[in-house]
Amino acid sequence: MSELRELYQEMILDHGKRPRNFEAMEDADAESEGYNPVCGDRITVFIKSDEEQVSRVTFQGKGCAICTASASMMTEALTGRSLWEVEQKFKNFHDLVTGNSDRDADPDADRERLGKLIVFAGVRDFPVRVKCATLAWHTMLAALERRESVTTE
Amino acid sequence: MSGDSDIARAPSPFDVERVRADFPILSTTVHGKPLVYLDNAASTQKPRQVLDSMRRFYESDYANVHRGLYQLSVRATEAFEAARCKVGRFVGAESCGEIVFTSGTTTAINLVAHGYGGDHLGPGDEIVLTEMEHHSNIVPWQMLAGRTGAELRIVPIADDGSLRMDEYERLLGPRTRMVCVAHTSNALGTRNPMRRIIDAAHACGAIVVVDGAQGVPHEKIDVRELDCDFFAFSGHKMFGPTGIGALYGKAELLEKTGPFLGGGEMIHSVTFDETTYKDPPHRFEAGTPDITGAVGLGAAVDYLEQIGMDRVEAYERDLLDYGTRLLEEIPRLTLVGTAAEKCGILSFVIDGVHPHDLGTVLDMEGVAVRAGHHCAQPVMDHFGLAATARASLALYNTREDLDVLAASIPKAIELLG
Repeated sequence: MSELRELYQEMILDHGKRPRNFEAMEDADAESEGYNPVCGDRITVFIKSDEEQVSRVTFQGKGCAICTASASMMTEALTGRSLWEVEQKFKNFHDLVTGNSDRDADPDADRERLGKLIVFAGVRDFPVRVKCATLAWHTMLAALERRESVTTE
Repeated sequence: MSGDSDIARAPSPFDVERVRADFPILSTTVHGKPLVYLDNAASTQKPRQVLDSMRRFYESDYANVHRGLYQLSVRATEAFEAARCKVGRFVGAESCGEIVFTSGTTTAINLVAHGYGGDHLGPGDEIVLTEMEHHSNIVPWQMLAGRTGAELRIVPIADDGSLRMDEYERLLGPRTRMVCVAHTSNALGTRNPMRRIIDAAHACGAIVVVDGAQGVPHEKIDVRELDCDFFAFSGHKMFGPTGIGALYGKAELLEKTGPFLGGGEMIHSVTFDETTYKDPPHRFEAGTPDITGAVGLGAAVDYLEQIGMDRVEAYERDLLDYGTRLLEEIPRLTLVGTAAEKCGILSFVIDGVHPHDLGTVLDMEGVAVRAGHHCAQPVMDHFGLAATARASLALYNTREDLDVLAASIPKAIELLG
């Protein structure tokens, strides 16, 4: 069960059960729907932003614990970030869960770059769950790029 | 009813340990745990007899079929055609020529939709489907409707996962041309009342296409007794190899079915002005077929016949009853699909635990189940679900497999719930 505990850390379970910023945004500047046809997870990400900064992110939908927690923690991590920082966060998070980060060489660097999101490090040992962890992030990028929907296929 | 008494009535006892010994993969481990393979509705494992037959064929009889004048090609052709006859006998076809080899159920259904439906349907004609169909028995008909102007009529399901027969009979009418229905639902396990469905369709002049993929591996199928017009099934779900399946069609209907794919093997003669086609079944087998796959499927049929489908059915019914009782005892677990007539499929959801998370936890226990929409999204929509977890049984599963499943689920609830 130790690998499972590594995957399902307390913070992930908490956000999975009690997602933050879990609501539609009436005055969103951008929104997009993400869909994972493998498991049927479907979420919508709403973004309030100007040309430089993301001021608020919310989401709605249905997903597994990994997917929901990832979306919830993403909304917190991106609020108040510049568009450049958002892009960097996406890249760092993606590298973390796909095992492309240099975590083993320099574990502190990942922690610094990712903050709380480091709890998703266990995902890289479960390749079939990577899409669960990244669905919200891909959807968020699609919204910023004004694409209406995204699928993980 | 005790399942044990069913087995006692069978001609000789069903020895599951002997069956298991035929399947090399069943003695492997996953994450350090013995494999408990419960995803048989997706695909089944292969017995040594099937693997050996394919290896032997490649080693001593292999060549292309229906063209070589040399002895090896004659032998290969004989093996290929003998496999066709075995498959035909197994499902009760009247002649070997009523069996068309395809790559699987999906291709078989597309063949009927394209080759028969394309020529026989027009604007205003109706195709009746059911809400429980697999996508492979929905999408080809949607595409056909788009091409021909025909319309789809959908038979709803009841909340136990059975077909609403009253609605079915109400939907049938003078414009009904085709009824396309699953013999057994892959997502719910429901076994449909095929004779009643087929007789009612015939009474209004419609032909019936049966998706038999989930029926053939689990019970005796007799297409003549069913009186269905087309019956599609897959080799890989009945212990045969991937890449091979079959379409049964009544001879007179196959005659009226146009070619699906054009190419070699399916022609009588070709000039740039005109091409004439072979008779069925070869008309539908353009290109070099999966020759070795067919031989392997023939071996799978031999294997099942040697065990006896009656015994397989009785054994799996007992397992289903046992598994149903076990899962019903787990708090917060709800079975999805509880029709009176079911095959060995246990689809379920757990309050507070997403099927995908459950699947990961079960995998760590060595238990392979499917978590998702099972290529039957309309079924999921009916129950307001995005996904279910599904344990699906085959002849090599045991009560112990179900014990491991049932013991693993509370671990997932404890971790995730």
